Amino acid sequence: MIRVALPEHLRNLAKVGTEVELDVPPPVTPAKILDVLESRYPMLGGTIRDYGTLRRRAFVRFFACGEDLSHEPADLPVPDAVANGTEPFLVVGATAGG
Amino acid sequence: MSGVRVLVGTRKGAFTLTSDGKRKKWDVSGPHFAGWELYHVKGSPVDPDRLYASQSSGWFGQLIQRSNDGGKTWEPVGNKFAYDGIPGTHQWYDGTPHPWEFKRVWHLEPSLTDPDTVYAGVEDAALFKTTDGGQSWEELSGLRGHGSGPKWAPGAGGMCLHTILIDPSNHDRMYIAISAAGAFRTDDGGATWKPINQGLRSQYIPDPNAEVGHCVHRIAMHPSKPNTLFMQKHWDVMRSDDAGDSWHEVSGNLPTDFGFPIDVHAHEPETIYVVPIKSDSEHYVPDGKLRVYRSRSGGNEWEALTKGLPQQDCYVNVLRDAMAVDSLDSCGIYFGTTGGQVYASADSGDSWAPIVRDLPAVLSVEVQTLA
Repeated sequence: MIRVALPEHLRNLAKVGTEVELDVPPPVTPAKILDVLESRYPMLGGTIRDYGTLRRRAFVRFFACGEDLSHEPADLPVPDAVANGTEPFLVVGATAGG
Repeated sequence: MSGVRVLVGTRKGAFTLTSDGKRKKWDVSGPHFAGWELYHVKGSPVDPDRLYASQSSGWFGQLIQRSNDGGKTWEPVGNKFAYDGIPGTHQWYDGTPHPWEFKRVWHLEPSLTDPDTVYAGVEDAALFKTTDGGQSWEELSGLRGHGSGPKWAPGAGGMCLHTILIDPSNHDRMYIAISAAGAFRTDDGGATWKPINQGLRSQYIPDPNAEVGHCVHRIAMHPSKPNTLFMQKHWDVMRSDDAGDSWHEVSGNLPTDFGFPIDVHAHEPETIYVVPIKSDSEHYVPDGKLRVYRSRSGGNEWEALTKGLPQQDCYVNVLRDAMAVDSLDSCGIYFGTTGGQVYASADSGDSWAPIVRDLPAVLSVEVQTLA
Protein backbone atom coordinates (compact mmCIF):
# COMPACT_ATOMS: atom_id res chain seq x y z
CA MET A 1 0.00 0.00 0.00
CA ILE A 2 1.14 3.51 -0.79
CA ARG A 3 1.16 5.96 2.10
CA VAL A 4 0.16 9.54 1.35
CA ALA A 5 0.50 12.34 3.88
CA LEU A 6 -1.82 15.29 3.31
CA PRO A 7 -1.63 18.85 4.68
CA GLU A 8 -4.01 19.78 7.46
CA HIS A 9 -6.56 21.61 5.30
CA LEU A 10 -6.94 18.65 2.97
CA ARG A 11 -7.08 16.16 5.85
CA ASN A 12 -9.95 18.17 7.30
CA LEU A 13 -11.65 18.33 3.94
CA ALA A 14 -11.37 14.59 3.32
CA LYS A 15 -11.97 13.76 7.00
CA VAL A 16 -8.87 11.57 7.24
CA GLY A 17 -5.91 11.25 9.58
CA THR A 18 -2.30 12.19 9.02
CA GLU A 19 -1.82 9.56 6.33
CA VAL A 20 -4.05 7.65 3.94
CA GLU A 21 -3.17 4.29 2.43
CA LEU A 22 -3.89 3.66 -1.22
CA ASP A 23 -3.66 0.64 -3.45
CA VAL A 24 -1.85 1.98 -6.50
CA PRO A 25 -0.92 -0.44 -9.28
CA PRO A 26 2.73 -0.40 -10.46
CA PRO A 27 4.55 1.42 -11.78
CA VAL A 28 3.68 3.93 -9.08
CA THR A 29 3.92 7.53 -10.23
CA PRO A 30 2.72 10.82 -8.71
CA ALA A 31 0.01 11.02 -11.37
CA LYS A 32 -1.32 7.55 -10.52
CA ILE A 33 -1.17 8.24 -6.79
CA LEU A 34 -3.28 11.36 -7.34
CA ASP A 35 -5.67 9.50 -9.64
CA VAL A 36 -6.36 6.94 -6.94
CA LEU A 37 -6.44 9.56 -4.18
CA GLU A 38 -9.02 11.70 -6.03
CA SER A 39 -11.06 8.62 -6.88
CA ARG A 40 -11.21 7.56 -3.23
CA TYR A 41 -11.74 11.13 -1.96
CA PRO A 42 -13.59 13.07 -4.67
CA MET A 43 -13.68 16.21 -2.55
CA LEU A 44 -9.93 16.54 -3.15
CA GLY A 45 -10.47 16.98 -6.87
CA GLY A 46 -9.04 20.28 -8.02
CA THR A 47 -7.28 20.99 -4.74
CA ILE A 48 -3.89 19.44 -5.51
CA ARG A 49 -3.84 19.71 -9.28
CA ASP A 50 -5.96 21.56 -11.80
CA TYR A 51 -8.96 19.74 -13.22
CA GLY A 52 -8.27 20.50 -16.83
CA THR A 53 -4.51 20.45 -17.18
CA LEU A 54 -3.78 18.05 -14.27
CA ARG A 55 -0.88 20.34 -13.45
CA ARG A 56 0.18 20.59 -9.82
CA ARG A 57 -1.29 23.70 -8.24
CA ALA A 58 1.39 26.34 -7.97
CA PHE A 59 1.83 26.36 -4.19
CA VAL A 60 1.42 22.63 -3.60
CA ARG A 61 4.63 20.63 -3.42
CA PHE A 62 5.45 16.91 -3.47
CA PHE A 63 8.23 15.42 -1.34
CA ALA A 64 9.43 11.86 -0.71
CA CYS A 65 12.53 10.29 0.82
CA GLY A 66 14.02 13.71 1.48
CA GLU A 67 13.68 14.77 -2.15
CA ASP A 68 11.55 17.46 -3.74
CA LEU A 69 9.60 15.73 -6.51
CA SER A 70 7.50 18.78 -7.33
CA HIS A 71 9.23 19.55 -10.58
CA GLU A 72 9.68 15.97 -11.74
CA PRO A 73 7.39 14.65 -14.48
CA ALA A 74 4.19 13.33 -12.92
CA ASP A 75 4.47 10.07 -14.84
CA LEU A 76 7.99 9.27 -13.56
CA PRO A 77 8.09 6.39 -11.02
CA VAL A 78 8.40 7.44 -7.40
CA PRO A 79 11.29 6.11 -5.25
CA ASP A 80 11.08 2.42 -4.35
CA ALA A 81 10.64 3.26 -0.68
CA VAL A 82 7.40 5.08 -1.55
CA ALA A 83 6.26 2.38 -3.96
CA ASN A 84 6.68 -0.33 -1.33
CA GLY A 85 5.10 1.73 1.44
CA THR A 86 8.20 2.24 3.56
CA GLU A 87 8.14 6.00 3.11
CA PRO A 88 5.11 8.27 2.60
CA PHE A 89 4.45 10.46 -0.41
CA LEU A 90 4.15 13.93 1.08
CA VAL A 91 1.71 16.50 -0.29
CA VAL A 92 2.75 19.80 1.26
CA GLY A 93 0.63 22.93 1.18
CA ALA A 94 2.70 25.81 2.43
CA THR A 95 6.44 26.01 2.44
CA ALA A 96 6.41 29.79 2.12
CA GLY A 97 3.95 32.62 2.26
CA GLY A 98 1.43 33.81 4.79
CA MET B 1 -40.40 34.05 17.63
CA SER B 2 -38.64 35.55 14.65
CA GLY B 3 -34.89 35.80 14.49
CA VAL B 4 -31.95 36.46 12.25
CA ARG B 5 -28.89 34.54 11.14
CA VAL B 6 -25.98 36.57 9.84
CA LEU B 7 -23.59 34.69 7.55
CA VAL B 8 -20.10 36.15 7.60
CA GLY B 9 -17.31 35.24 5.22
CA THR B 10 -13.79 36.22 6.26
CA ARG B 11 -10.20 35.82 5.15
CA LYS B 12 -9.80 32.88 7.51
CA GLY B 13 -13.15 31.13 7.76
CA ALA B 14 -16.90 31.59 8.02
CA PHE B 15 -18.97 32.57 11.03
CA THR B 16 -22.67 32.47 11.77
CA LEU B 17 -24.16 35.02 14.15
CA THR B 18 -27.66 34.36 15.41
CA SER B 19 -30.10 36.36 17.46
CA ASP B 20 -33.79 36.66 18.18
CA GLY B 21 -35.89 39.44 16.70
CA LYS B 22 -34.65 41.95 19.23
CA ARG B 23 -31.13 41.62 17.81
CA LYS B 24 -29.47 42.51 21.10
CA LYS B 25 -27.84 39.25 22.20
CA TRP B 26 -25.88 37.19 19.74
CA ASP B 27 -24.50 33.69 19.52
CA VAL B 28 -21.33 33.37 17.47
CA SER B 29 -20.47 30.10 15.75
CA GLY B 30 -17.23 29.43 13.91
CA PRO B 31 -14.80 29.50 12.39
CA HIS B 32 -16.16 27.10 9.83
CA PHE B 33 -13.54 26.04 7.27
CA ALA B 34 -10.86 27.57 9.47
CA GLY B 35 -7.94 29.02 7.60
CA TRP B 36 -9.72 29.25 4.24
CA GLU B 37 -10.97 32.37 2.52
CA LEU B 38 -14.75 32.52 2.48
CA TYR B 39 -15.65 35.00 -0.20
CA HIS B 40 -19.38 34.51 0.19
CA VAL B 41 -21.98 32.54 2.16
CA LYS B 42 -25.65 32.81 1.28
CA GLY B 43 -28.89 30.99 2.04
CA SER B 44 -31.72 29.97 -0.23
CA PRO B 45 -34.74 32.31 0.00
CA VAL B 46 -37.09 29.31 -0.27
CA ASP B 47 -35.26 27.02 2.16
CA PRO B 48 -33.39 29.00 4.83
CA ASP B 49 -31.60 25.89 6.04
CA ARG B 50 -30.00 25.43 2.64
CA LEU B 51 -26.77 27.43 2.61
CA TYR B 52 -24.00 27.68 0.06
CA ALA B 53 -20.46 28.83 0.75
CA SER B 54 -17.57 29.74 -1.51
CA GLN B 55 -14.41 28.43 0.12
CA SER B 56 -11.07 29.10 -1.51
CA SER B 57 -7.37 29.17 -0.92
CA GLY B 58 -4.32 30.25 -2.80
CA TRP B 59 -2.88 26.82 -2.20
CA PHE B 60 -5.81 24.52 -2.77
CA GLY B 61 -8.11 26.42 -5.08
CA GLN B 62 -11.87 26.59 -5.02
CA LEU B 63 -14.42 24.54 -3.10
CA ILE B 64 -18.16 24.94 -2.76
CA GLN B 65 -19.76 23.85 0.49
CA ARG B 66 -23.45 23.18 1.05
CA SER B 67 -25.38 22.94 4.29
CA ASN B 68 -28.86 21.50 4.68
CA ASP B 69 -29.25 22.40 8.34
CA GLY B 70 -28.62 26.11 8.54
CA GLY B 71 -24.87 25.83 8.82
CA LYS B 72 -24.53 23.23 11.57
CA THR B 73 -22.97 20.73 9.15
CA TRP B 74 -21.53 21.14 5.68
CA GLU B 75 -20.60 18.94 2.76
CA PRO B 76 -18.36 19.77 -0.19
CA VAL B 77 -20.16 19.70 -3.52
CA GLY B 78 -18.95 20.30 -7.05
CA ASN B 79 -16.00 22.60 -7.58
CA LYS B 80 -15.39 22.15 -11.28
CA PHE B 81 -15.83 25.50 -13.00
CA ALA B 82 -14.88 24.97 -16.63
CA TYR B 83 -15.43 27.73 -19.13
CA ASP B 84 -17.63 26.78 -22.03
CA GLY B 85 -15.64 26.01 -25.15
CA ILE B 86 -12.36 27.72 -25.89
CA PRO B 87 -12.17 30.45 -23.24
CA GLY B 88 -10.53 33.07 -25.43
CA THR B 89 -8.87 36.19 -24.08
CA HIS B 90 -9.68 39.37 -22.23
CA GLN B 91 -7.52 42.45 -21.87
CA TRP B 92 -4.64 42.27 -19.41
CA TYR B 93 -3.35 45.18 -17.33
CA ASP B 94 -0.84 46.08 -20.02
CA GLY B 95 -3.46 46.02 -22.76
CA THR B 96 -2.39 42.69 -24.21
CA PRO B 97 -4.78 39.76 -24.69
CA HIS B 98 -4.76 37.38 -21.72
CA PRO B 99 -6.38 33.95 -21.55
CA TRP B 100 -9.41 33.53 -19.33
CA GLU B 101 -8.32 31.66 -16.18
CA PHE B 102 -10.63 30.54 -13.42
CA LYS B 103 -9.46 31.75 -10.01
CA ARG B 104 -12.32 31.78 -7.51
CA VAL B 105 -16.03 32.22 -6.86
CA TRP B 106 -16.81 35.68 -5.55
CA HIS B 107 -20.57 35.51 -5.20
CA LEU B 108 -23.25 32.84 -4.90
CA GLU B 109 -26.84 33.82 -5.65
CA PRO B 110 -29.44 31.15 -4.88
CA SER B 111 -32.57 31.06 -7.01
CA LEU B 112 -35.67 32.76 -5.65
CA THR B 113 -37.74 29.62 -6.25
CA ASP B 114 -35.56 26.50 -6.21
CA PRO B 115 -33.05 25.65 -3.46
CA ASP B 116 -31.03 23.50 -5.86
CA THR B 117 -30.50 26.29 -8.37
CA VAL B 118 -27.69 28.74 -7.70
CA TYR B 119 -25.77 31.25 -9.80
CA ALA B 120 -22.05 31.76 -9.22
CA GLY B 121 -20.08 34.84 -10.20
CA VAL B 122 -16.43 34.01 -10.69
CA GLU B 123 -13.00 35.48 -11.44
CA ASP B 124 -11.98 35.64 -14.30
CA ALA B 125 -15.40 37.06 -14.91
CA ALA B 126 -18.08 34.60 -15.90
CA LEU B 127 -21.45 33.41 -14.66
CA PHE B 128 -22.09 29.77 -13.79
CA LYS B 129 -25.28 27.99 -12.80
CA THR B 130 -26.10 24.78 -10.97
CA THR B 131 -29.50 23.14 -10.93
CA ASP B 132 -28.51 20.13 -8.81
CA GLY B 133 -27.58 21.77 -5.54
CA GLY B 134 -24.02 22.54 -6.52
CA GLN B 135 -22.95 19.11 -7.72
CA SER B 136 -22.25 20.39 -11.22
CA TRP B 137 -21.79 23.85 -12.67
CA GLU B 138 -22.36 25.06 -16.20
CA GLU B 139 -21.29 28.39 -17.61
CA LEU B 140 -23.92 30.75 -18.99
CA SER B 141 -21.52 31.62 -21.75
CA GLY B 142 -23.75 34.11 -23.50
CA LEU B 143 -22.33 36.69 -21.12
CA ARG B 144 -18.69 36.26 -22.07
CA GLY B 145 -19.82 35.66 -25.64
CA HIS B 146 -21.67 38.93 -25.78
CA GLY B 147 -18.89 40.34 -27.92
CA SER B 148 -17.24 42.83 -25.61
CA GLY B 149 -15.41 40.12 -23.64
CA PRO B 150 -12.03 40.71 -25.30
CA LYS B 151 -12.20 44.33 -24.06
CA TRP B 152 -12.89 43.46 -20.42
CA ALA B 153 -9.99 44.18 -18.08
CA PRO B 154 -9.37 43.37 -14.43
CA GLY B 155 -9.59 45.94 -11.68
CA ALA B 156 -7.01 46.00 -8.91
CA GLY B 157 -8.87 43.19 -7.14
CA GLY B 158 -9.05 41.00 -10.21
CA MET B 159 -11.60 40.61 -12.97
CA CYS B 160 -14.46 39.43 -10.84
CA LEU B 161 -18.16 39.00 -11.39
CA HIS B 162 -19.36 40.08 -7.96
CA THR B 163 -23.00 41.12 -8.24
CA ILE B 164 -25.95 38.96 -9.30
CA LEU B 165 -29.49 40.32 -8.94
CA ILE B 166 -32.58 38.37 -9.94
CA ASP B 167 -35.72 40.34 -10.74
CA PRO B 168 -38.38 38.89 -8.42
CA SER B 169 -41.17 39.87 -10.81
CA ASN B 170 -39.51 38.32 -13.85
CA HIS B 171 -36.98 35.57 -13.18
CA ASP B 172 -35.72 35.70 -16.74
CA ARG B 173 -34.35 39.15 -16.01
CA MET B 174 -31.07 39.30 -14.12
CA TYR B 175 -28.39 41.88 -13.59
CA ILE B 176 -24.71 41.22 -13.04
CA ALA B 177 -21.71 43.46 -12.54
CA ILE B 178 -18.04 42.96 -13.26
CA SER B 179 -14.96 44.85 -12.15
CA ALA B 180 -13.84 46.39 -14.42
CA ALA B 181 -16.18 45.75 -17.31
CA GLY B 182 -19.46 47.16 -16.04
CA ALA B 183 -23.06 46.07 -15.62
CA PHE B 184 -25.00 43.70 -17.86
CA ARG B 185 -28.63 42.57 -18.08
CA THR B 186 -30.29 39.48 -19.44
CA ASP B 187 -33.99 39.29 -20.28
CA ASP B 188 -33.99 35.64 -21.31
CA GLY B 189 -32.71 33.77 -18.29
CA GLY B 190 -29.03 34.25 -19.08
CA ALA B 191 -28.91 33.16 -22.70
CA THR B 192 -28.08 36.64 -24.02
CA TRP B 193 -26.84 39.79 -22.33
CA LYS B 194 -26.54 43.49 -23.01
CA PRO B 195 -24.23 45.98 -21.35
CA ILE B 196 -26.15 48.59 -19.34
CA ASN B 197 -23.59 51.30 -18.72
CA GLN B 198 -24.99 54.38 -20.44
CA GLY B 199 -24.58 57.38 -18.20
CA LEU B 200 -21.62 56.04 -16.27
CA ARG B 201 -18.64 58.36 -16.35
CA SER B 202 -15.28 56.87 -15.46
CA GLN B 203 -12.14 58.90 -15.08
CA TYR B 204 -9.56 58.26 -17.80
CA ILE B 205 -12.00 56.52 -20.14
CA PRO B 206 -11.96 59.00 -23.00
CA ASP B 207 -15.21 57.86 -24.60
CA PRO B 208 -18.10 59.15 -22.43
CA ASN B 209 -20.35 56.53 -24.03
CA ALA B 210 -17.97 53.61 -23.55
CA GLU B 211 -19.96 50.39 -23.63
CA VAL B 212 -17.63 48.59 -21.20
CA GLY B 213 -14.62 49.36 -19.02
CA HIS B 214 -16.41 50.77 -15.98
CA CYS B 215 -15.40 49.56 -12.53
CA VAL B 216 -18.79 48.87 -10.99
CA HIS B 217 -18.36 47.95 -7.34
CA ARG B 218 -21.88 46.91 -6.43
CA ILE B 219 -25.52 47.15 -7.50
CA ALA B 220 -28.57 46.94 -5.24
CA MET B 221 -32.28 46.64 -5.93
CA HIS B 222 -35.46 46.67 -3.87
CA PRO B 223 -37.71 43.73 -4.74
CA SER B 224 -40.79 45.94 -5.02
CA LYS B 225 -39.12 48.24 -7.58
CA PRO B 226 -36.98 45.95 -9.72
CA ASN B 227 -36.50 48.54 -12.47
CA THR B 228 -34.79 50.89 -10.04
CA LEU B 229 -31.15 50.08 -9.46
CA PHE B 230 -28.58 51.72 -7.22
CA MET B 231 -24.90 51.44 -8.00
CA GLN B 232 -21.73 52.14 -6.08
CA LYS B 233 -19.16 52.64 -8.78
CA HIS B 234 -15.41 52.98 -8.23
CA TRP B 235 -16.19 56.65 -7.91
CA ASP B 236 -19.81 57.87 -8.01
CA VAL B 237 -23.07 56.60 -6.60
CA MET B 238 -25.49 56.08 -9.48
CA ARG B 239 -29.16 55.37 -10.01
CA SER B 240 -31.21 53.93 -12.82
CA ASP B 241 -35.00 53.93 -13.11
CA ASP B 242 -35.21 52.03 -16.37
CA ALA B 243 -33.64 48.68 -15.53
CA GLY B 244 -30.15 49.94 -16.21
CA ASP B 245 -30.76 51.40 -19.65
CA SER B 246 -29.57 54.76 -18.35
CA TRP B 247 -27.89 55.96 -15.19
CA HIS B 248 -27.56 59.28 -13.41
CA GLU B 249 -25.41 60.28 -10.49
CA VAL B 250 -26.91 60.63 -7.00
CA SER B 251 -23.72 61.17 -4.99
CA GLY B 252 -25.07 64.50 -3.77
CA ASN B 253 -23.55 65.65 -0.50
CA LEU B 254 -21.51 62.54 0.30
CA PRO B 255 -18.07 63.40 1.72
CA THR B 256 -16.57 61.12 -0.94
CA ASP B 257 -18.38 59.05 -3.50
CA PHE B 258 -15.80 56.26 -3.59
CA GLY B 259 -16.85 53.08 -1.84
CA PHE B 260 -17.81 49.47 -2.22
CA PRO B 261 -21.18 48.34 -0.76
CA ILE B 262 -24.62 49.78 -1.39
CA ASP B 263 -27.89 48.40 -0.09
CA VAL B 264 -31.60 49.23 0.13
CA HIS B 265 -33.84 49.31 3.19
CA ALA B 266 -36.14 46.27 3.30
CA HIS B 267 -39.35 48.26 3.57
CA GLU B 268 -38.46 51.65 2.06
CA PRO B 269 -37.38 51.36 -1.58
CA GLU B 270 -36.01 54.90 -1.62
CA THR B 271 -33.87 54.48 1.49
CA ILE B 272 -30.35 53.44 0.59
CA TYR B 273 -27.05 53.00 2.40
CA VAL B 274 -23.40 53.42 1.44
CA VAL B 275 -20.10 53.58 3.30
CA PRO B 276 -17.90 56.30 1.79
CA ILE B 277 -14.22 55.43 1.56
CA LYS B 278 -11.52 58.08 1.33
CA SER B 279 -10.22 57.25 -2.14
CA ASP B 280 -9.09 54.54 -4.51
CA SER B 281 -5.56 54.93 -3.19
CA GLU B 282 -6.52 55.08 0.49
CA HIS B 283 -8.98 52.30 1.16
CA TYR B 284 -10.29 53.38 4.54
CA VAL B 285 -12.99 55.63 5.88
CA PRO B 286 -12.31 59.38 5.74
CA ASP B 287 -11.14 61.34 8.78
CA GLY B 288 -10.73 58.21 10.90
CA LYS B 289 -14.53 58.05 11.32
CA LEU B 290 -16.64 55.05 10.43
CA ARG B 291 -19.86 56.50 9.02
CA VAL B 292 -22.66 54.84 7.16
CA TYR B 293 -24.53 57.29 4.97
CA ARG B 294 -28.27 56.96 4.46
CA SER B 295 -30.43 58.63 1.88
CA ARG B 296 -34.20 58.54 2.33
CA SER B 297 -34.76 60.15 -1.04
CA GLY B 298 -33.15 57.59 -3.31
CA GLY B 299 -29.88 59.49 -3.39
CA ASN B 300 -28.51 63.04 -3.57
CA GLU B 301 -29.41 63.92 0.03
CA TRP B 302 -27.41 61.92 2.51
CA GLU B 303 -27.11 61.86 6.30
CA ALA B 304 -24.25 60.42 8.28
CA LEU B 305 -25.12 57.62 10.70
CA THR B 306 -22.56 57.57 13.48
CA LYS B 307 -24.22 56.53 16.75
CA GLY B 308 -22.32 53.55 18.09
CA LEU B 309 -19.67 53.60 15.37
CA PRO B 310 -16.05 54.63 16.08
CA GLN B 311 -15.52 58.32 15.33
CA GLN B 312 -11.80 58.55 15.78
CA ASP B 313 -8.69 56.60 14.77
CA CYS B 314 -10.65 54.20 12.61
CA TYR B 315 -9.07 53.09 9.33
CA VAL B 316 -11.06 50.14 8.09
CA ASN B 317 -12.69 49.39 4.77
CA VAL B 318 -16.04 47.78 4.06
CA LEU B 319 -15.92 45.49 1.04
CA ARG B 320 -18.56 45.23 -1.66
CA ASP B 321 -20.37 42.13 -0.42
CA ALA B 322 -20.10 43.01 3.26
CA MET B 323 -23.42 44.78 3.84
CA ALA B 324 -26.89 43.28 4.18
CA VAL B 325 -30.36 44.08 5.47
CA ASP B 326 -32.91 41.92 7.26
CA SER B 327 -36.66 42.20 6.71
CA LEU B 328 -37.78 42.57 10.31
CA ASP B 329 -39.66 45.63 11.45
CA SER B 330 -37.70 47.80 12.06
CA CYS B 331 -35.25 46.89 9.34
CA GLY B 332 -31.86 45.64 10.50
CA ILE B 333 -28.68 46.75 8.73
CA TYR B 334 -25.40 44.83 9.00
CA PHE B 335 -21.90 45.35 7.73
CA GLY B 336 -18.46 43.89 8.29
CA THR B 337 -15.09 45.58 8.11
CA THR B 338 -11.60 44.68 7.07
CA GLY B 339 -10.74 45.11 10.74
CA GLY B 340 -12.91 42.14 11.65
CA GLN B 341 -15.84 43.95 13.21
CA VAL B 342 -19.44 43.15 12.32
CA TYR B 343 -21.82 45.96 13.21
CA ALA B 344 -25.59 45.71 13.43
CA SER B 345 -28.33 48.26 13.61
CA ALA B 346 -31.82 47.14 14.63
CA ASP B 347 -33.34 50.54 13.87
CA SER B 348 -32.64 51.16 10.19
CA GLY B 349 -29.23 52.64 10.90
CA ASP B 350 -30.07 55.16 13.60
CA SER B 351 -27.81 53.38 16.08
CA TRP B 352 -25.20 50.67 15.84
CA ALA B 353 -23.46 48.13 18.01
CA PRO B 354 -20.79 45.56 17.22
CA ILE B 355 -21.87 41.93 17.19
CA VAL B 356 -18.24 40.84 17.14
CA ARG B 357 -15.08 42.92 17.06
CA ASP B 358 -12.13 40.68 16.33
CA LEU B 359 -12.84 38.37 13.43
CA PRO B 360 -10.44 38.05 10.51
CA ALA B 361 -11.00 40.63 7.78
CA VAL B 362 -14.62 40.42 6.68
CA LEU B 363 -15.23 39.66 3.01
CA SER B 364 -18.99 39.23 2.99
CA VAL B 365 -22.07 39.61 5.15
CA GLU B 366 -25.49 38.17 4.40
CA VAL B 367 -28.48 37.96 6.69
CA GLN B 368 -31.41 35.60 6.83
CA THR B 369 -34.66 36.61 8.48
CA LEU B 370 -36.00 33.48 10.15
CA ALA B 371 -39.62 32.77 10.98
